[in-house]
Amino acid sequence: MRPTVRFLTDNLIKQIIDEAISILCTLGLEIHNKKILSMLADHKAKVDMDNFHVNLTEDIIQKAIRTAPHSFKLYDVMGNQTHDFSDYNVHFTPGSTALNILDCQTQQMRKPLTNDFIDFSKIIAQLENIASTSTAFIPTDVHEKISDSYRLFLSLLYCEKPVVTGAFTAESFNVMKDLQLAVRNSESELKEKPLTIFSCCPTSPLKWCQVTSQNLIDCARYSIPVEFIAMPLSGFMAPVTLTGTLIQHTAETLSGVVISQLSNPGTPILYGGSPAVFDHRYETTPMGAVETMMTDCAYNEIGKFLNLPTQAYISMSDAKQLDAQAGLESGIGATLAALAGINSISGPGMVDFESCQSLEKLVLDNEMCGMTFRLIDGITPRDDFPALPIFQELLEEKHLLLAEHTRRHRRKEIFYPGPAIDRANRQRWKQQGAMDLNARLHNEVNKLLKTYQPSTLPETTKKDLVKLMKKEARRHGQDHLPLPPMTT
Amino acid sequence: MTNVEQLKELIVRADEIEEETEGEGSKAATKRKVERLITAACEEGTPIKNVLGDGLIAGMDIVGARFKKSEIYISEVLIAARAMKMGMDFLAPEIIKAGIEPAGKCLIGTIQGDLHDIGKNLVAMMLKGAGFKVIDLGVDVKPEDFAEQAESEGVQIVGMSALLTTTMPGMEKTIKAMKDRGVLAKTMIGGAPVTRDYADRIGADGYAADAASAVDLAKSLIT
Ligand code: B1M
Repeated sequence: MRPTVRFLTDNLIKQIIDEAISILCTLGLEIHNKKILSMLADHKAKVDMDNFHVNLTEDIIQKAIRTAPHSFKLYDVMGNQTHDFSDYNVHFTPGSTALNILDCQTQQMRKPLTNDFIDFSKIIAQLENIASTSTAFIPTDVHEKISDSYRLFLSLLYCEKPVVTGAFTAESFNVMKDLQLAVRNSESELKEKPLTIFSCCPTSPLKWCQVTSQNLIDCARYSIPVEFIAMPLSGFMAPVTLTGTLIQHTAETLSGVVISQLSNPGTPILYGGSPAVFDHRYETTPMGAVETMMTDCAYNEIGKFLNLPTQAYISMSDAKQLDAQAGLESGIGATLAALAGINSISGPGMVDFESCQSLEKLVLDNEMCGMTFRLIDGITPRDDFPALPIFQELLEEKHLLLAEHTRRHRRKEIFYPGPAIDRANRQRWKQQGAMDLNARLHNEVNKLLKTYQPSTLPETTKKDLVKLMKKEARRHGQDHLPLPPMTT
Repeated sequence: MTNVEQLKELIVRADEIEEETEGEGSKAATKRKVERLITAACEEGTPIKNVLGDGLIAGMDIVGARFKKSEIYISEVLIAARAMKMGMDFLAPEIIKAGIEPAGKCLIGTIQGDLHDIGKNLVAMMLKGAGFKVIDLGVDVKPEDFAEQAESEGVQIVGMSALLTTTMPGMEKTIKAMKDRGVLAKTMIGGAPVTRDYADRIGADGYAADAASAVDLAKSLIT
């Protein structure tokens, strides 16, 4: 049996969805995009072009929900399937778009550079429990106009895994799409084997701005999967009650489903988000708050009720260092998210309210993800009935260390984390240098940087990627990219 | 306790008092109390300047200090600020008559390309709560618009907020646009990616990490 956790009854889910639909139809929402407004008017929505306002109809909403795919798959740069977003399948991806990186040497946060992103990609490439990479932070040594596409470029060059990403402007989408086409060769191949997921955010309350709504329809045009990232903040930009926040989240997310599905029915989507409770003491949006995590799991139940694959920003921490708080908040989040069956869990590596990435934490979180995979595998009888033979053997041999039964099942039954999680006895731990968690993590980061094997993407494709990126950089007046010699 | 002292106390305890008189009427009840105390103080012959300074503003100063020490929540600060605003509105004709200026005049907005306005809105609310006149230009404000509005409104402070690494350079451009136009207002910046270092580098007059320190900073910039 796969263990699960639930926060909402089906009745409550129905009530929440009904309220959300009623809000979209009676109060409506703002969409600052004339193209989308005309499209909605064509579908008989009541549109006020001058005020960028639209009242949706129940018909449109239900139609969009019906055409949205119930599942989809992702593929790495080589075209191998890595993800199946369906049912209760769970995949982890590093938290995305941090402002800073936590420098292990100095324990200080600082602005990241190209080399940091390359190191990040080399590490993610080798972390087996994190299925995709993400454009996790912004190298600040390139022109700001290319900072979104540049991250995607580096990801595709250094890591084979699919990429969770997003654009900062409407214009950037073009080159970000071209980079993907360089890997996949044609639009139809890209559609058949999606390589990225784009985050597209409505603005709470009930608004889509020009940039993110344009990104949304551009993705739809090329069948590039998107995740909707609504961020209602309970007690500030959303009702303080978690149910009220869920109603708002549902309305905002459904509006995204409508835009994408009317633009191109069948476009793959993740019913996602990054809601948070608002901390009235510190004016912050804590991702490690238990109520934030409950809201995430609960809207995932709503997504599942609508038969849509889901995503959430969860399993991250608000701590400023790699300390006990960082561990416990990430651990609670990952456990709840995995139990809830959130299909794409964005979180590993992140501290400080989704604003700082840490390479060391990625290594730790990879082990945490491994543990949660074991957790959701549940307790399954494996050659356990009848029980007599194995107990006979135990009584005869006095142990089962060499038993065939042990050898056959030990790897499936017991997950062995390490080197981050320490399970050595004290003596052995001392002999191995009595290292604390930070030291063990830092060693592992250095080891992974040495064991990294370059991506097997054909050299010609790599060259095409470099060419595209250089062209884009030149367009913004940057003639030289701070890349290591092998790529220039 | 004098009426002015009671007024100060009312501002400090506005949240508590509204909670006691829970329900639809709580806001109206606060308004009635504020107006009654102001009327009584004026009838006693207390100068308007003191009703403001020793009552409304002194109350808000205490609230601000408590918030900075994490003793109270932002919502409590904003309820106090709302009570203070009720008093200011009631006194508006007298304030004009007495020629009393607001604590300062501040222009605020998020930088071009940036739509994150939650932090900026909080800063604006807190500045208003501290007696500043705030002109909010909203989101995605071009450098030239900041400069032009700062000039035409004759503000003392221009406040800029940025939440994206990619929009931060707009702050430097705004400072330049202000210089080019000869606008002498002080500049103050903030937002998650912004640091004091960055503020120094681009020649901003001040940086604040949160809304409470933004108020202190604004006060220090105009004294
Ligand atoms: C004038 O003087 C002053 C003085 C002090 C000042 C000041 C001015 N301004 C602020 N302060 C200070 O005082 C305030 C009160 O204490 C504080 O303000 P803050 O704003 O810091 O604090 C607020 C009270 C609470 N904090 C917030 O409101 C921001 C929270 C996070 C989660 C966030 C939110 C909510 C949103 N977002 Co966005 N968002 C994130 C944020 C992550 C984070 N941890 O910051 C961040 C900033 N966003 C990010 C991104 C990438 C994006 N967002 C986007 C959109 C959105 C939403 C619309 C969904 C929503 C904003 C809604 C709104 N109305 O503002 C997109 C951009 C849109 C655009 N062009 O602006 C988009 C590009 C995503 C996309 N692909 O579409 C990341 C930035 C990455 C980077 N390196 O630049 C990000 C760090 C999250 C992440 N990890 O992805 C202080 O900074």
